[in-house]
Amino acid sequence: MSIKSLTAEQSEFQTFCRAWLEENRPPQHPVPLPQAAYEVTDPSHLTYLSDWQAKCYEAGLIASDLPKEYGGHGMTGCQQIASNEVRAANVPYFINWIGLGMAVPTLLECGTEEQKKTFLPPIFSAEHIWCQGFSEPGAGSDLASLQTSAVKEGDQWVINGSKVWTSLGHFAQYMLLLARQDKGNKYGGITYFLAPMDQPGVTVKPIHKMTGESGFNEVFLEDAVVGDHLRVGAVGDGWKVAMATLTSERGAGVGVGAVASESPALVMKQLIQLAKDTQRNGRSVWEDPVWRDRIMKVYERTEASIYNSRRSRLKPLNGGAMRIPLQGKLTGSEIGQAVHQIALGILGLKSSLYVGDAKAPANGKWPLGYMNTYTGTISGGSSEIQRNILGERVLGLPKTK
Amino acid sequence: MATPKDFGFNEDINMLKDSYARFLSEQATIEKLRPSLEGTEDPYHGQPRVPFFDRDNWDQTVALGMHAVAIPEDQGGIGMGLVAATALAEEIGRYALATPLTNTLLASFILREASTDAASALLASMAEGLRVGLALYGEDGDLGPTSTDVQVTGDTLHGQSWYVTDAQKCDVLIVSAAGPSGIDLYQVDVNAASVTVMADTIVDLTRDQAHIQFDGTDATALTTGGQGADCLQAAMPALLTLTAADIAGAAEWQLQTTAEYAKVREQFDRPIGFFQAVKHPIVDMMIATDETRSLVYQAAAAFDFDRDDAARCAHLAKSSASDTAEFCANRSTQLHGGIGFTWEADVQIYHKRQMHSQFLFGDGVWQRQQLAALL
Repeated sequence: MSIKSLTAEQSEFQTFCRAWLEENRPPQHPVPLPQAAYEVTDPSHLTYLSDWQAKCYEAGLIASDLPKEYGGHGMTGCQQIASNEVRAANVPYFINWIGLGMAVPTLLECGTEEQKKTFLPPIFSAEHIWCQGFSEPGAGSDLASLQTSAVKEGDQWVINGSKVWTSLGHFAQYMLLLARQDKGNKYGGITYFLAPMDQPGVTVKPIHKMTGESGFNEVFLEDAVVGDHLRVGAVGDGWKVAMATLTSERGAGVGVGAVASESPALVMKQLIQLAKDTQRNGRSVWEDPVWRDRIMKVYERTEASIYNSRRSRLKPLNGGAMRIPLQGKLTGSEIGQAVHQIALGILGLKSSLYVGDAKAPANGKWPLGYMNTYTGTISGGSSEIQRNILGERVLGLPKTK
Repeated sequence: MATPKDFGFNEDINMLKDSYARFLSEQATIEKLRPSLEGTEDPYHGQPRVPFFDRDNWDQTVALGMHAVAIPEDQGGIGMGLVAATALAEEIGRYALATPLTNTLLASFILREASTDAASALLASMAEGLRVGLALYGEDGDLGPTSTDVQVTGDTLHGQSWYVTDAQKCDVLIVSAAGPSGIDLYQVDVNAASVTVMADTIVDLTRDQAHIQFDGTDATALTTGGQGADCLQAAMPALLTLTAADIAGAAEWQLQTTAEYAKVREQFDRPIGFFQAVKHPIVDMMIATDETRSLVYQAAAAFDFDRDDAARCAHLAKSSASDTAEFCANRSTQLHGGIGFTWEADVQIYHKRQMHSQFLFGDGVWQRQQLAALL
């Protein structure tokens, strides 16, 4: 980021962020953290990460640009700076990533004044952890076919059904819930709720992934109750509200705080180092022109993502407001997967050694990371769905559905 | 040093880009390009063709001052940098234009790195509208800065230059030649009696190309003491970036044209763009084009604001661009089906231009080799 294009206030804030992050970097937790926030299952990790997020919020690194009445810090043009600094500082990630990344933009766009004032501050401070209840066993890529029912009884709704792939469901106080109030109307029969998780009608059961981790869950809703004041948008407008959430999930929303984890640029550096450090056939893998070309191709695409996000903010050069942002999740996840595939190739037979094996390179980080890249290419609308969305919304091609 | 958040695209440069784009949208339509290809249907049988040169377009380009964008003010130019030149190159590519403006922009950046009076004088002549060509390579097409087959003895040149783009549209050549102290660059009058221009029969219909014989040709030194190779090396990020920008512009045309076709062509009772086997590759064309475009702007900004990082950024940009050229050309023809394979289809014109651009100053594999050496 260019120093000279910052205002005096922004420049001062950037200096503050850097110094603050350096001084307040938390000591390492005795048990290593999982690779990403959605894998956290250890309650002591939750406490450690919630404390860290709360501290960053107090310091102004989260909700920097949002109005004070919603718990924000009321600054201008500072969130991007804070997010960049957090990402660069290599500090622990923010645990409440669904709250920050999806609940906040959804509430800002579609919530009532009261909902914003009540729910936003505890999201920022990680006092309330949020999860997302969209997908169902029978409703994945075709999300609008969801069957969980919502029946109005007095001033509340009674919810029955089940949700899957619910990251952080085991810790969450609230769920962003899509439920069907009208079985006869596919898109117009869905309503959006903020559902309390701490009640007898909600049961959370962990799902084991191919990695052996169990960061996400199946959630059973049996006569669960949600007050009508916790509805977002009108009855039957749930699909429209969900689009606001999904746009944010796909990397196009207003950021309120970086979900800090290893940046693609950092992983790229590690990949080059791995190639330099690994010997094959009497020379380093980096000396092998075939591997080098593959590494440089993903390096090129990683750098392109960085300059794509810079260009997406420039109206004369971005080809339309949504064109680049809607590509973010698709390209980010596919490039990340390619990077990991190359790393496994460089490791060769050593890539067989997994987490927990004393001899596993980088404690099994590469095979674990590789398997977890499918989270990116499948969740939040698979890469195939993303290509439909881009073709239809950006290029105007005929709708597949 | 860092590059500006807007890649240096300030209001002046955005206006420049808009006004050149508007000029081309009126003056360089595909309907105007089409008739220029008349009689060229048979390059396969080996007749070199008279190249298309829209002199009106060039005269107006000079009248608008576009040719002088990257020529320093001291030599009568506008004195803008690579960001401005890149903005123009992208539009040239979008219209598949055969214009001496391309070589004028490339040459401006080479001559800016040569600190002789002769180089300044040539820049001043270019500001008056003189057209230049670049004769940098030998017959084997090796891309290193010392690959020339031309020798210099005293002030005269002997030997051949190859792969000289738009050779039949220029007045003078900048020739790379080997002498006792190494490689230097020389200015030569293309119309001199000792210069023989031999047109090549090439695939690309939008450019011309030639190999050129020098038989004791009088030459003016633009660099001295073997500084020519360094001069080319210093200018190379600009040459790569401008070529990549041309590709980005052409790729955007290929993307939009293919998407439009997929909306109107019907098979199985639906526009073919309905089918994911067609829709998804078109989206992949967009992704490739956007990655290239962002890397091109960053490369231009690095050259103007962060020169130490310019070579890395330029190799990234041309690496991406070369692959994008190949991919978008490939998909544009494939997704047009049978018609895309015919002479009548406009996509074939852009396809061939991209095939040519892909290898100018090195393809993706070459760029990635150079790039890795910097890391």
